[in-house]
Amino acid sequence: MAHAASQVASDVEGSPRGAAIRLRGLRKEFGSVVAVDLVDLDVEDGEFLTMLGPSGSGKTTVLRMIAGFVIPTAGRVELGGVDVTARPPFDRDVNTVFQDYALFPHMSVQENVEYGMRVRNVERGQRRRRAVEALDSVQLGGYGARRPSELSGGQRQRVALARALVNRPKVLLLDEPLGALDLKLREQMQVELKGIQRQVGITFVFVTHDQQEALTMSDRIAVFHDGRIEQVGPPAEVYERPATEFVAGFVGTSNLLRGAAARTVLGRDGIWSVRPEKIRVLDPGGVAETGLRFADGVVREVVYVGDVTRFVVELDAGGELVALQQNLHTSSSDVLAFRGRAVRLVWRPEHEFEVGAGTAGSPPAGGA
Amino acid sequence: MTETSTGGKGAPATRRLSAFLYRHDRLRLAGLLTPPILWLVVLYIGSLGVMLVSSLWGVDSFTGSLVKKVSWSNYHTLFTEPVYRTVALRTLGIAISVTLIDLVLALPLAFFISKVVQGRRWRYALLIMVTMPLWASYLVKGYAWRIMFDKGGVIDWMFAPLGLHGPGLGLTATVVALAYLWLPYMVLPIYAGLERLPESLLEASADLGASPLRTLRSVVFPLLVPSVVAGSIFTFSLTLGDYIMVKIVGGTTQMFANIVYDNVGVAGNLPFAAAAAVFPIVVILGYLLAVRRSGALENL
Repeated sequence: MAHAASQVASDVEGSPRGAAIRLRGLRKEFGSVVAVDLVDLDVEDGEFLTMLGPSGSGKTTVLRMIAGFVIPTAGRVELGGVDVTARPPFDRDVNTVFQDYALFPHMSVQENVEYGMRVRNVERGQRRRRAVEALDSVQLGGYGARRPSELSGGQRQRVALARALVNRPKVLLLDEPLGALDLKLREQMQVELKGIQRQVGITFVFVTHDQQEALTMSDRIAVFHDGRIEQVGPPAEVYERPATEFVAGFVGTSNLLRGAAARTVLGRDGIWSVRPEKIRVLDPGGVAETGLRFADGVVREVVYVGDVTRFVVELDAGGELVALQQNLHTSSSDVLAFRGRAVRLVWRPEHEFEVGAGTAGSPPAGGA
Repeated sequence: MTETSTGGKGAPATRRLSAFLYRHDRLRLAGLLTPPILWLVVLYIGSLGVMLVSSLWGVDSFTGSLVKKVSWSNYHTLFTEPVYRTVALRTLGIAISVTLIDLVLALPLAFFISKVVQGRRWRYALLIMVTMPLWASYLVKGYAWRIMFDKGGVIDWMFAPLGLHGPGLGLTATVVALAYLWLPYMVLPIYAGLERLPESLLEASADLGASPLRTLRSVVFPLLVPSVVAGSIFTFSLTLGDYIMVKIVGGTTQMFANIVYDNVGVAGNLPFAAAAAVFPIVVILGYLLAVRRSGALENL
């Protein structure tokens, strides 16, 4: 095949088709601090990939290395199979939506959107037309003459998106673009962004520290921790089967059973976890159907959230579990009365998973 | 116990005063603004007004005493005597040259300090170095330039291998020395403007395909216009008002402020000096109006 031939021809063209972005052994040091270490990642054409992690985990640095703002200390960045590691940002077919939007304050909205085409000498009429189309597609038709300072945060966000998308890049990089918006607007923009991505079919790389955002929008999530990728996978996999203790804790509530607690409740060694929404809260001695797992304890804390209630239960066997219950029939006064009460927590064994802390490595059946 | 009571006695009084001022915000504003307004109105605008009024007076040519009769004769003389027009145009030329030289030097320098230098320590060190010329006495700097420009000075020596002479004392020396003197006043506002310029704007420009030169032209310069205006007002007005440097390094060259100086001192014609002093004010006002009309300040 063609790519086999090109592989022989040069190392640069060696990537198989389909990988919009290919990172190999990426490393970045700032002085004595290693911000990113040994990151390998393939992002497919048309994929919505989210880089999720706490601040300082290296996700933004990786994004900036893809954009070309940061030069890696070691490793390689390939875009569409071409090594671009040494290329400056203006020589890469990617566009970025910045966290602070970075709209040019001295230009109108229209001029902002046209900027990329203007510097690439796209003919004036075409430039105009495409910018108007792009603004229409983010529901900002008719806003072209305004200054960025006359727009709301959500509108600026859309202009930044239009300004990037109008250049039809192969890859769109989004650096926590929704961080500055309030919750309602953020949820609305999440849906819109996902819709736009599906429509234009461009590869999106989205950086966030918000696990909810990552879970709702992504085709795949790469979880970052201390400059490394801990796990890459579809949202359900990352959530239901976290590969490490960090991922279990960062994506969702960690809810760990370990040591004596794990042995008493599960009859096994290792570190285990159950997601809070998989656990039911029953009266002590309540139904113990065969095949169900249960643990007794005392409710230490009740948090009424409106649609759900969060119970923090201190287990008799040691440790704590959080259980989430939908408020189907209960009101806040009902659930708050649970504080200090003895309860039984029940869940299905298939919902518990071992959290490989990267040490024991024993399969689920090993300790039983 | 006694200690707390003495400490407590002062505290409630100041607290009561604070609370009183908190409730009466007009009084608070008055307390805040009275000293600067007094300073501005009485000392600054007041003396400016006196100067403008006295520029319409005259001096008895025989006795040399002040004649408080309003007439435009001083301005008439200023406009019709060719000498004054020549000196005015020369002064304007010097001010424009000094401003342009400082601009050309300050832009890359400020950009380097603000955007290229890594680490706060180096940045501050460089900023201090930029302001260092302000620490030395004006006269010391003036005479240093005179020695350098004078016959057989460093500048002659530098030109010697090319078979040329230095420009000597005169117009060129005046421009160079003044540009040197006012450079910090151009660097600092531009540096401040660059500091206010978010890094992400430069990145966004590069991200959208603009080369560094294009980014400079389309993003950095337009956003720096207010800073450049601020800096140029300094260099411009300081040059317009200067009469010492030209005496030290200018040879026989005269600047407009020398007319003011000579009429105050030698000729004793204060009304004419006042009329001459209006010239730089008019020039600066004209410059500000032109800047405003260009719309360069509207993007802030």
